[in-house]
Amino acid sequence: MTDPLLSVKNLRIELNTRDGVAPVIDDFSFDLFPGEAISFVGESGCGKSMTALGIMGLLPEGVGKIASGSINFAGEDLSSAEQKRMRNIRGNEISMIFQEPMTSLNPVYTIGEQIAEVLRAHQGLSKQASWTKAIELLDAVRIPNPQARISDYPFQMSGGQRQRVMIAIALACEPKILIADEPTTALDVTVQAQIFDLLNDLRKQTGTAIILITHDMGAVAEMAERMIVMYAGRKVEEGPVQQVIDNAGHPYTQGLISCVPHILEKLTAKRQMLQEVPGIVPSLRDFGKDQCLFASRCQYVSEKCNNTRPTENKFSSSQTVACWLTESIQ
Amino acid sequence: MALLYAIATRIMYAGILLLAVIILNFGMMHLAPGDVADSISQSMGGADEEVLNEIRATYGLDRPFIVQLGSYIGKVLRFDLGYSFFYTQPVSQLILQKLPATLLLVLTAQFLALIVGVFLGVYSAQRPNGLSSHFVSFFALFGYSAPVFWSGLLLLIGFSLHIQWFPVAGMRDVTIEGNFLEEAIDIIRHMVLPVITLASIFLALYSRLSRATMMEVLGSDYIRTAKSKGLTDREIIYKHALKNSLSPVITLAGLQFSAVVSGAILVESVFSWPGLGTLAFESIIARDTPTILGILFFSALVVIVGNLLTDLTLRLVDPRVRTNG
Repeated sequence: MTDPLLSVKNLRIELNTRDGVAPVIDDFSFDLFPGEAISFVGESGCGKSMTALGIMGLLPEGVGKIASGSINFAGEDLSSAEQKRMRNIRGNEISMIFQEPMTSLNPVYTIGEQIAEVLRAHQGLSKQASWTKAIELLDAVRIPNPQARISDYPFQMSGGQRQRVMIAIALACEPKILIADEPTTALDVTVQAQIFDLLNDLRKQTGTAIILITHDMGAVAEMAERMIVMYAGRKVEEGPVQQVIDNAGHPYTQGLISCVPHILEKLTAKRQMLQEVPGIVPSLRDFGKDQCLFASRCQYVSEKCNNTRPTENKFSSSQTVACWLTESIQ
Repeated sequence: MALLYAIATRIMYAGILLLAVIILNFGMMHLAPGDVADSISQSMGGADEEVLNEIRATYGLDRPFIVQLGSYIGKVLRFDLGYSFFYTQPVSQLILQKLPATLLLVLTAQFLALIVGVFLGVYSAQRPNGLSSHFVSFFALFGYSAPVFWSGLLLLIGFSLHIQWFPVAGMRDVTIEGNFLEEAIDIIRHMVLPVITLASIFLALYSRLSRATMMEVLGSDYIRTAKSKGLTDREIIYKHALKNSLSPVITLAGLQFSAVVSGAILVESVFSWPGLGTLAFESIIARDTPTILGILFFSALVVIVGNLLTDLTLRLVDPRVRTNG
């Protein structure tokens, strides 16, 4: 097996809150292999975006910091890298696109300038060359008539087009990793499908590894090969997408899957009653406690869940689950 | 093309506004008790009703309001603002004499305050809880709340009386005459204290406003995007953030144009600066109505031109303004 491109080990990210320091990411580890697409899944507030910002070195200054653990990228620990080195990596070797295409582009510069700028910063292209390349990139993300649109301002474009521009910016320097933080949440369904198509095609062409952050199981099935289910800053389940969807080990994963609406009209074996996961994600105050943080919402909760944090167990050959229940199954 | 169209519309609006100001001005003059015939007869040492009527007929004061208004508008458009009996010269000539001194003072103070204020605001927005940021806030508040005549006098006492670095009053030293450079240096020496005094008010406004907008902009999504591109801090702040935070500051600066007269009155009085402010002050004391009205008209003109310039500058900074007409 090849070496992982990105290897996160025992990552702990702490956030200063009014109630003191809270570990928003607690002992979190995963590997990303070259060209692979993985997905972080979980509700809002589970630390998916924080992990991404931690990798990018963009944790909110003075509020969040990496307390321990390592982020190994191509033989280099990013958690202790200098700002200057991180600037070279950002937008060049690791890129990111965001949830809000409407506000993620600078309103007072043309999209051409915003694409060309990243090429100038990392590849040292001239103004002319970067502009030409920007037109090519705009064409690559399938914006019609790129020659004319390049001089448009963001407010002259739709949400889907803006997200395409963001993708063009992110992929301009052919990064090794693209982190897509809920890239389609703010778009309509038809546009969502187009964006996923585009990302899949570009991935085939460039071989960029993708980390897709989402709470949409449909998006996961569409885009990723492997998924990591996160809850309250911890990994609760990891495995190949189809395998996890067919046979989820953690009660939380099961809950997430049963929340996906179906398009079938009648209730059948295939279309079961929609089920919600009761309750909400615990407050930051409870993060980091030595217990299963899902316990208060779990229908299978036992004494042990409230006293000890579950360990990661092999659920099947390639699937791991952090739940006391699965340990007893084995 | 769009730019020409925008300029044309703005100028048309400005013209309408100016006309309204003229009418209002004339109405005020008309409503005030007594008329020009009274003041002329006063200067002659009194006159009976017959002579007064004769004067009124000569100057057209017996004609209906609307006709008088029409001829007044015609005169103002030819920049004939009447005659000041107090200064014994035409008002427009009087204003044009005093204008350069005021423009020099106010524009220099504005420019200085804008540059320094925006820089301080941007600087303190980066570390909003840092010591230097608090210092800037305190300094700005102090500059804003200290009355102009007080801070002006303190500066005079400090830097003209005790440490004799700068002249006490006026705009130039009559003993210095000769080449251009010497005169220029002399004027600059006279300008330092009044400019600092006047700039301190503007500075407070600009630094507070640009600090606030800058902080808001720095928290926005496109700044996060700029960071994720791997740009340097300088590019992020001075390219991506600054241009977005400028609009409110430019708008405010445009509004401050009215200070050409209002703000300058106090500063010019303290430093005996021979400008419009001093003229306004003196003519009010002397109840010299034509001059007061002339200055009123003129300051309206300045504000309107200022707003026109503001609108056009905003178009340069923010592309979204360009499409909205």
